[in-house]
Amino acid sequence: MIPTSTALSQTPSSPAPLPGAPVLEVEDLSVEFRTPKGVVRAVNGISYEVNPGETVAILGESGSGKSVSVQAVMGILDSPPGFVTGGRVLFEGRDLLGASAEEQRAVRGPGISMIFQDALSSLNPVFTVGHQIAEMFRAHQGTSRKEAKEAAIELLDRVRIPAARERVNAYPHQFSGGMRQRVMIAMALALNPKVLIADEPTTALDVTVQAQIMELLKDLQRDTGMGLLLITHDLGVVNEVADRVLVMYAGNVVETGTVDEVFSDPSHPYTEGLMASVPAVEDKGKRLQPIVGTPPDLSRIPPGCSFHPRCPRRVLEGAPPGKNCQDDIPLLLPVGTAGRASACHYRKEVLRARSAGTPA
Amino acid sequence: MGRYVARRLLLTIPVLIGASFLIFAMVYALPGDPIRALAGDRPLSPAVQAALRDEYNLDDPLWLQYAKYVWGLLQLDFGTDFSGREVWDIIERRLPVTAKLALAAVIFEALIGLAAGILAGIRRGSFFDNLVLVTTTLIVSIPVFVLGFVAQYLFGLRIPIFPTSGIRDGWYSYLLPGLVLASLSLAYVARLTRTSLAENLRQDYVRTARAKGLKPSVVIGKHTLRNSLIPVVTFIGADIGALMGGAIVTETIFNIPGLGRAVYDAVLRQEGAVVVGIVTLFVFFYIFFNLVVDILYALLDPRIRYD
Repeated sequence: MIPTSTALSQTPSSPAPLPGAPVLEVEDLSVEFRTPKGVVRAVNGISYEVNPGETVAILGESGSGKSVSVQAVMGILDSPPGFVTGGRVLFEGRDLLGASAEEQRAVRGPGISMIFQDALSSLNPVFTVGHQIAEMFRAHQGTSRKEAKEAAIELLDRVRIPAARERVNAYPHQFSGGMRQRVMIAMALALNPKVLIADEPTTALDVTVQAQIMELLKDLQRDTGMGLLLITHDLGVVNEVADRVLVMYAGNVVETGTVDEVFSDPSHPYTEGLMASVPAVEDKGKRLQPIVGTPPDLSRIPPGCSFHPRCPRRVLEGAPPGKNCQDDIPLLLPVGTAGRASACHYRKEVLRARSAGTPA
Repeated sequence: MGRYVARRLLLTIPVLIGASFLIFAMVYALPGDPIRALAGDRPLSPAVQAALRDEYNLDDPLWLQYAKYVWGLLQLDFGTDFSGREVWDIIERRLPVTAKLALAAVIFEALIGLAAGILAGIRRGSFFDNLVLVTTTLIVSIPVFVLGFVAQYLFGLRIPIFPTSGIRDGWYSYLLPGLVLASLSLAYVARLTRTSLAENLRQDYVRTARAKGLKPSVVIGKHTLRNSLIPVVTFIGADIGALMGGAIVTETIFNIPGLGRAVYDAVLRQEGAVVVGIVTLFVFFYIFFNLVVDILYALLDPRIRYD
């Protein structure tokens, strides 16, 4: 049962007892941007998998590489300057990165689909929403114009847009923000994808609409059994909808596990810092505890653990061999219960300290 | 939309009145005596001179001359030139020639300019992109009359594949002058298309189109191009009016009997009625094509509504 050391360092073993193989597997994916100012290493060998019906959240702050990693999965990375420098993306067991452009294109839509943060700029302003949804059927299934439009109306109805039959001929700018995001979702779900990637689907929306959209996504997921890969920096959203979470920092996965375990007992100081920075009702009037410092410049990632300059638990002097935070890169290794992993030399100590602090 | 068009058309009336008055005043202010210039070396008798002056109202003050001209216009009388030809006849005979030349120019402008701009925009930084940049810079920096004479010399005399002057060869004789007339705008269209396309390729909705699994030809040809063409169409449309006015130089170089050539001759002879009539017509075309552009604009971009 013990995986080889390379696999161990890259792939956290699957925690979910869900039946069947994962629908999407990402192995050791690396992405860099080659700019005139130098190479920016946006994603440095991340691995994860998404099972049917499962919701996996990739959590990280701006510039942590979360969006770039899914754009690479979708094959829509702007290249140049972006290049996938290593790894595999397996969709239903087939490697997409090695596939031809035409094969990749055929997967986008019916296989993996994506919704974006800002629906206003992500929808084409000069075509009606009905046309843009119908385009999915016309491009992938060669459906007739009339049937595709009927299907678009059905979809608008399914994402609960009132008066779908009239609204199908409206343009994106004639919708409110929440309704526009529903249009995006309808478009992404048109061909019943196996995996839906949602890149910050609610960031541009106000709080009540955010909740409606997340609820809609959950309902649709329950109906279709699709895997949902949610990219977000919103801890609340992760807590509410995700089964598993990957915490990203500076292009690396620093911690992974079920949302309950990771959020209640972090085993990485960065996750710990994130949890401490959430305002809680009982802390009213107290100062929030931010993570000091700023995320690193991805063209100059610190040596050793990329988080060490900001880490309150870093060990530099008198560190055991191979565990100096400034020199030795921590691998993503198992910790605690099965399926959990953390990329910290002192993950066990972090976890134990937390567990000891929590009342039993 | 209908109300908007009606309002815009009504607005052209004061513009035309103002423009024609300005042109009228400028011709009036030209130095020299048109009657004496007309006579040339053979002095006319004072009696004949006086009769001509009276016939063309040349002794009236400016405002009265203009008032009499407009009064004529209202009765659809565009006046006559000094040899007694109706200005309306001149326009009727020469407008098709200028229109053909402008049409040839617009076709060149749109086809070559758009094609060059699209290819350069898709492959930014490529050899072709740099070629377009250098060529367009060169064209923009050379005055059109230089370009006209060089083209005439090269392709009319040294390599005689095009006629050097006149319109005796039908459509074929419009090709070279049309290309010269189009050259400057063609360069602008290529540049504008390139920039606009490159900018739109970075838009989020283009990323969405790719995420939808659409063919690259659809992503560019449909989702990117439609948005990129909005500023280009604006430019080409407004340019049609400018091309007709710009035809003065080209028509003179290639000896094409169009409206531009007529204005040139009329200015030399100080024939006020001809100059004012034709130039006011140019102004009208300019306004008209701008209106067409504004209407096209609303058709291309659903976010624009004139209500």
